[in-house]
Amino acid sequence: MTRKISFQNVSRRFDLAGSAEFLALDRFSLDVEEGEFITVVGPSGCGKSTAMNIAAGLLRPSSGRVLVDDAEVEGPGPERGVIFQQYALFPWLTVRENVEFGLRVAGMPGKRRREIADHFIALVGLKEFAGSLPKTLSGGMKQRCAIARAYAVNPKILLMDEPFGALDALTRVNLQEQLLQTWSQERRTVMFITHDVDEAVYLGSRVIVMAARPGRLYKIIPVDLPYPRTEEMRLSPEFAGLRNEVWRSVYHPSAH
Amino acid sequence: MTLPMDAAPAAASRRPWLPAATMLGLNVLAVLLGLGAWGFVTAEGVVGLPGPGAVLSAGLTLARNGQLLSDALASLGRVLTGFLLGVLVAIPVGFLMGWYKVARGLIEPYVQFFRTIPPLAVIPLAIVTMGIGETPKIFVIFLAAFLSSVVATFQGVVSVDRTLINAARVLGAKDATIFRRVVIPASTPFIMVGVRIGLGSSWATVVAAELIAAQSGLGFRMQQAQLYYDLPTIFVSLIAIGVLGLLMDRIIIAFDRVLTAWQEKA
Repeated sequence: MTRKISFQNVSRRFDLAGSAEFLALDRFSLDVEEGEFITVVGPSGCGKSTAMNIAAGLLRPSSGRVLVDDAEVEGPGPERGVIFQQYALFPWLTVRENVEFGLRVAGMPGKRRREIADHFIALVGLKEFAGSLPKTLSGGMKQRCAIARAYAVNPKILLMDEPFGALDALTRVNLQEQLLQTWSQERRTVMFITHDVDEAVYLGSRVIVMAARPGRLYKIIPVDLPYPRTEEMRLSPEFAGLRNEVWRSVYHPSAH
Repeated sequence: MTLPMDAAPAAASRRPWLPAATMLGLNVLAVLLGLGAWGFVTAEGVVGLPGPGAVLSAGLTLARNGQLLSDALASLGRVLTGFLLGVLVAIPVGFLMGWYKVARGLIEPYVQFFRTIPPLAVIPLAIVTMGIGETPKIFVIFLAAFLSSVVATFQGVVSVDRTLINAARVLGAKDATIFRRVVIPASTPFIMVGVRIGLGSSWATVVAAELIAAQSGLGFRMQQAQLYYDLPTIFVSLIAIGVLGLLMDRIIIAFDRVLTAWQEKA
């Protein structure tokens, strides 16, 4: 296994009003293996989104560094796809135009662009909606479109910031299934941020638990459930045990 | 006493929804009633104003001898020239202000200052410095259109959703692409609001400018009619101004519908 993403002593401070400073992330270190699906869970203010934004290149670390393929992250780039909680689809573009956006930016000719877009639109099950505007889609469909758009530029890494956080419980479970299915067909290194303990255990091969004030790594819990994950696994005693362990780490970190 | 109070919110939420045809019918009815009332009070001699019949015949006369058309075209020509120039300058300047902090710092004091001066107040200065030809009038209209569109464009650029810009960046887009493919479309709804307000104030400005100094146009016609106590012509001009203003506003709304059809309307 090769190291794909490496957080090395990453800290990030934010200036607050007055002279106060807020330590959003305190000396965060973590290695993510190539092709691994890690989930990051923690209470609000634990710095999980900060860590992800630094890896995405949307935020600069105050100190420390993030390496991707052993090269330091200097800014955003298409090799690191990001999926936002708010979907962030371009509302004036159709589903297909959204998915083609990154390819068009890269200057790919129209015909090839369309083939790739169609492939990923079909993969997330939005074939019939390729010509639709985002306003006509449900929240779940919007996020599937965003996933297709991120995949289309062929990133090596997918960074997902609470992508299913705004969806209802049933849609969320469906999208978790679909995401794992997509991931098994188009294997990428995934860092998935969530505040949902079930989701963290169900999706990840490791659950990274973070704690707040200051935001920091608290515990890494390996999930020894094989992929593909199934609905039965969700109801198994092993799953329940892992969920309890993650839950306790997230909500009562001082008890350990 | 308590019962109707309690019932009030429920009644409010059950406000009857009228179909479009009924709504249009009510509009037409209101216009007919207004015309009827106008005809009644003038026929009874309650006020010393011309009735609908006298205004209609004056309108027909002016339409037949071509004066109405040439006046309307003169006013429209000024408005469209000044308005288009104003919008064409305002949009790039507004983008510049929204995108570059330095440009904003340099331009904003002027925009905020001139916004507080009604464009009409500039007319005396414009006439003294630019003469009595078309230039001062077009300049004043330009100013009216520019000031309302520039602020709207600037607001539009500033309020573009950060997440959309980030989404474009992580897909590999650089500043120029983000500007062209994200900032411009995302601020279109704001710009259209400014354009609509700009057209309204341009129209108001042209008529007033023609009242002060012009040899043609609907405002000029009213000014002339005033000298001869020709009330029907004043009425015809007023109605023409209203109808043309309404038409232009509708055209802008239609444009807006097409350009921002992608918006999620609540």
